[in-house]
Amino acid sequence: MAAYDEKEYAQSFDWRVWKALFPYLRPYRKTLIQIFVFIFLCAFIDILLPLFQRYAIDRFIEGNTTAGVAGFGGAYAAAIILQALFVVAFTRGSMRLEMMFGRDMKKACFVHLQTLSFSYYNVTPVGYIHSRVMSDTNRIAALVAWNFFDMLWAFSYVIGVFIAMLMLNVQLALLVILVVPAIALLTWYFQNRILHWNRKVRKANSKITGAFNEGITGAKTSKTLVIEDQNFAGFQKLTGDMRASSVKAARLSAVYIPLVLFVSSIATAVVLARGGFLVREGLLLLGTLSAFASYAAGIFEPIQQLARNMADFISIQANIERVTGLLDEKPLISDAPEVVEQYGDTFHPKKENWPPIKGDITFEDVSFQYPDGNEEVLSHFSLHIPAGTTVAIVGETGAGKSTLVNLACRFFEPTAGRILIDGVDYRRRSQLWLHSNIGYVLQAPHLFSGTVMENIRYGRLDATEAEIKAAAEAVSADTVVKKLDRGYDSPVGEGGDRLSTGEKQLISFARAVLADPRIFVLDEATSSIDTETEQLIQNAISHLLEGRTSFLIAHRLSTIRHADLILVVRDGRIVEQGKHEELLRRKGYYHTLYSKQFAEEAALRALQAQ
Amino acid sequence: MDPTQTGGGKAALIWRFLRPSLWLFTGALTLSMLNTVFNAATPQIIRTTVDSVIGPEPFALPEPLVSLLRLDSLELTRGLILAAAAILAAAVLSGVCNYLSRIWTAKCSENFVKGLRDGLYDHIQKLPFSWHTAHQTGEIIQRCTSDVDVIRNFVTNQLLEVFRTAFMVVFYLVVMFSMNVKISLVALGFLPIIMGYSFFFYTKIAKRFLAADEAEGELSTTVQENLTGVRVVRAFGREQYEIDRFDVKNQRFTDLWIKLGKLMSAYWASGDLITGLQIMTVLLVGVYETVGGGVTAGEFLAFMSYNAAMVWPVRALGRILSEMSKAGVSIDRVKYILDAKEEPGPAEPVEPPMDRDIVFDHVSFGYEEQGSTVKDISFTIPAGSTFAILGGTGSGKSTLMHLLDRLYDLPEGGGRITIGGVDIRSIPREYLRRNIGMVLQEPFLFSRTIEENIKATRPMASLEEVRAAAATACVDAAMAELSLGYDTMVGERGVTLSGGQKQRVAIARMLMQGAPIMVFDDSLSAVDAETDAQIRAALREHEEGSTVVLISHRVTTLMQADRILVLEDGRVAEEGTHAQLMERGGIYRRIYDIQMNSEDRVLLEEGGDD
Repeated sequence: MAAYDEKEYAQSFDWRVWKALFPYLRPYRKTLIQIFVFIFLCAFIDILLPLFQRYAIDRFIEGNTTAGVAGFGGAYAAAIILQALFVVAFTRGSMRLEMMFGRDMKKACFVHLQTLSFSYYNVTPVGYIHSRVMSDTNRIAALVAWNFFDMLWAFSYVIGVFIAMLMLNVQLALLVILVVPAIALLTWYFQNRILHWNRKVRKANSKITGAFNEGITGAKTSKTLVIEDQNFAGFQKLTGDMRASSVKAARLSAVYIPLVLFVSSIATAVVLARGGFLVREGLLLLGTLSAFASYAAGIFEPIQQLARNMADFISIQANIERVTGLLDEKPLISDAPEVVEQYGDTFHPKKENWPPIKGDITFEDVSFQYPDGNEEVLSHFSLHIPAGTTVAIVGETGAGKSTLVNLACRFFEPTAGRILIDGVDYRRRSQLWLHSNIGYVLQAPHLFSGTVMENIRYGRLDATEAEIKAAAEAVSADTVVKKLDRGYDSPVGEGGDRLSTGEKQLISFARAVLADPRIFVLDEATSSIDTETEQLIQNAISHLLEGRTSFLIAHRLSTIRHADLILVVRDGRIVEQGKHEELLRRKGYYHTLYSKQFAEEAALRALQAQ
Repeated sequence: MDPTQTGGGKAALIWRFLRPSLWLFTGALTLSMLNTVFNAATPQIIRTTVDSVIGPEPFALPEPLVSLLRLDSLELTRGLILAAAAILAAAVLSGVCNYLSRIWTAKCSENFVKGLRDGLYDHIQKLPFSWHTAHQTGEIIQRCTSDVDVIRNFVTNQLLEVFRTAFMVVFYLVVMFSMNVKISLVALGFLPIIMGYSFFFYTKIAKRFLAADEAEGELSTTVQENLTGVRVVRAFGREQYEIDRFDVKNQRFTDLWIKLGKLMSAYWASGDLITGLQIMTVLLVGVYETVGGGVTAGEFLAFMSYNAAMVWPVRALGRILSEMSKAGVSIDRVKYILDAKEEPGPAEPVEPPMDRDIVFDHVSFGYEEQGSTVKDISFTIPAGSTFAILGGTGSGKSTLMHLLDRLYDLPEGGGRITIGGVDIRSIPREYLRRNIGMVLQEPFLFSRTIEENIKATRPMASLEEVRAAAATACVDAAMAELSLGYDTMVGERGVTLSGGQKQRVAIARMLMQGAPIMVFDDSLSAVDAETDAQIRAALREHEEGSTVVLISHRVTTLMQADRILVLEDGRVAEEGTHAQLMERGGIYRRIYDIQMNSEDRVLLEEGGDD
């Protein structure tokens, strides 16, 4: 579904764009040469085949003899068998090239994505990135490996046929070649127009999919508003547009194809009329005439194919631009060379040099502005968080509660000022060092496809089974496991969708416990979870917080009340800070927030407790 | 299921949507057959030219044609010009047939698919709400898009192609047999092999395709999960681990396709080999027959043309036949949706005035598999009053409103709901829903402009009316401030509104309905208490005389209602005015105390006990 409108790339040919492909093709030079050679050989035999018929007519039929048929048949059969072998060699080469080339491009994209900063992920829809890694690379690889060589085949075939015809009879050959510009012109005229309408068809199609989606997800609303008929009328307009565009595209093809065939018939007619005269005059053999007829009929398909493939092939320029656009994206946060030197990079960490971490965090005169924002959300902010402190961050939805966490975790860096971890500016340590010491549990917990065991192990890859089970028990995640029929080996489904939100949360807690981080971040869930699970989660959280520096983006009263420090955020700024009672007593914004947001929670609790 | 409504088998479904374009379908088929006939003329013209214009044979043409064209006294030049003209004439005729058959095929295809899509959309909208909750959106959409495309392809490509090819083969063979039995038998002998080989191969390969497709799906999921889980990946420093996982999937995908490629390559090559050998064998047998005097040189040429023209479509036919089995599955999947029963209308519809008392009379109801959610509930909402409902999660408050709007129908023996004494089951749904304005808990806005959203129920309303409704819902100022104002698109392609804004837009949309009964199902939860009060004040002013049902957790909202109902676990716990309930000292009183005295330190300490 095209959720994000793609920008249209310029269509004019740009050599610089194509050059980006060379590094990916270089390892497959041998395969490329293989394909080149066998494609030419294929074209050569294709040109040869009509000549067998010519020989048969001239030698046997006109000569009225069957002497030498066996030898002729042998040669013919040999050509056919050779052709089959060439096809094997070429298609295997192309398939290999397509897959290897595509694999390498995908890998390059994926590796690069692991280095990009959150600022990129925050503004770029997942679908948009995903389509670059998967569809664009697939399309580039397929078109380079097949389409390009099909064009090469068609081109060499057409040239070869011209040469063969010129060798057989110059006069007739020239008559046939005269028709070629007509085909070229027709193709050029129609292809662009057909392409234009096909693009409209595709757009209409994605709109129809969108309408189905909306019709289904909005069914309840449509029913309560009684606007089904109106929705249907809107939908019929979309399908009507789709039909009109499709018929338009089909009409163009319906004119184009018979026209090309007609031009081809002109060539046949000309060959027959002029060739027949030459045969009667004894200037041309009947077999040659038949070869001409075959060539004249057979040359038009490759010419059309050439034009079609050319248009397709040029169009991958846009795909290449999209992929290289992704690869050119620079990470906003990167480690300095001397840091990499000492501590290693993301892919080659030098863990032996890593200092241990206590979790003492200091914001020193920090100012910050989001790269895509236009005002400072933090100015000259200073705060010392001793190791082991629990910090709760409260505020309304969208008030910017994540900012401090993003900075502390170095998902973003301050625009001015410094952030010290254990007294050292974190820019003097590697990102991986810090991240390896952070436990992060999201509001909407994210699990990966795989088993429960694998998901918990994500926290520490070398953990033993016993350690994993211990971690699960520590946060009551084992209650979830017990309900699953295959225990720890039960698959959680794509994105964990076989589990409920509460269950996913418990598993993600276990994952965090296993990592045993010094710094812990929890983005608390707002969604209503059944009371029983809720209690488990509360217990798990208090277990998790023990002895760690933690940031809680908090929604629950009980969590907030127990925090060592509460930061109150409003419109992206920290407006109040202190402990729960202090803040309440101050009767400021926290007090308002409290009475508004938490009173309802308390009421619900009272109802639920009945 | 009722067989009269489900309407029989797969063929019936095709018939239902193909019938309106039946003449296009048969027309397209007839003309494509005619096209084949005209195409068959060219080899005959060449044959006659070679044998009787250039060669000495007498014309093997019907007597009237011979005398009309004065062929018995034919000099060479006129003969050749006639031949060329005949070829062009056949080309024009076949071109016209080709053009018309393409156009009609396209129109038929588009009509068919439009009918099918419209039918699905309309039907899905009319399906009961319970059907919607029981099915996954993605699954339904896939049936409405991919499966529909498979069916369309089956009807207007595959089916036509099979008919066309079958006709072509039969027609060409008849012509060939009439010229020479021996060569024709040889040609015919190969055809089942060619077709059977393709069919066999594509049936075999389907499984491998599936495996390769699944590998691609897995790879795609891995990328997707890495992108959506980027925060988890970074927070645990698992970049290298992710790359390793990706590599495994990427390699598997690559290997499977290369393996499949080898199979395809073998197929293409051996296919070329078999067809090449067939053409060669026909040529050799033809040579013997011609030399032996069984056929003339011209006939030999005609044979070669017919045979060559037949081989490719037959090869394709094998593939089409093997793929046609897919269509059966798709038809079943689409049929499943179309066979589901629409919400039935009442036997004797009545449209009573709706500004009357609403009575819930011993209402009991449970969703499938969940036991009863609402147990024997009775209460009356007096006409023109404001009626409030308070209850915890799962207490059944939303269920009551679903029942009132007939999103679900009360089963026999589940009590009844009446408006002005009329059982709502005898009121047509459209009439009922049009007269009940309902704002849902999680409002759904359509991806249209804000103006279009608000005037969904009254598309002809002026912008002034829209703004007036928005003003009542306290959202006019916020909307007018957007860069495009009321023309701003909502949803994926446009702005993301906050939860509170969405709720207020939904309220404005409901107000446009001008319904005498209004239901607010916890629809101000995301709006702060002040705005909540403002909206209710504005409502009272504008909508005097309407019956209002409020579902809320907010005591400030509830206390102004004329009557308050407290639900607990599907039963009525308390009912009365604010004063009565306060007096009573039950749940309502307790919640009132918690919410209205939240600054009370003592209560705060109590809240920490959970």
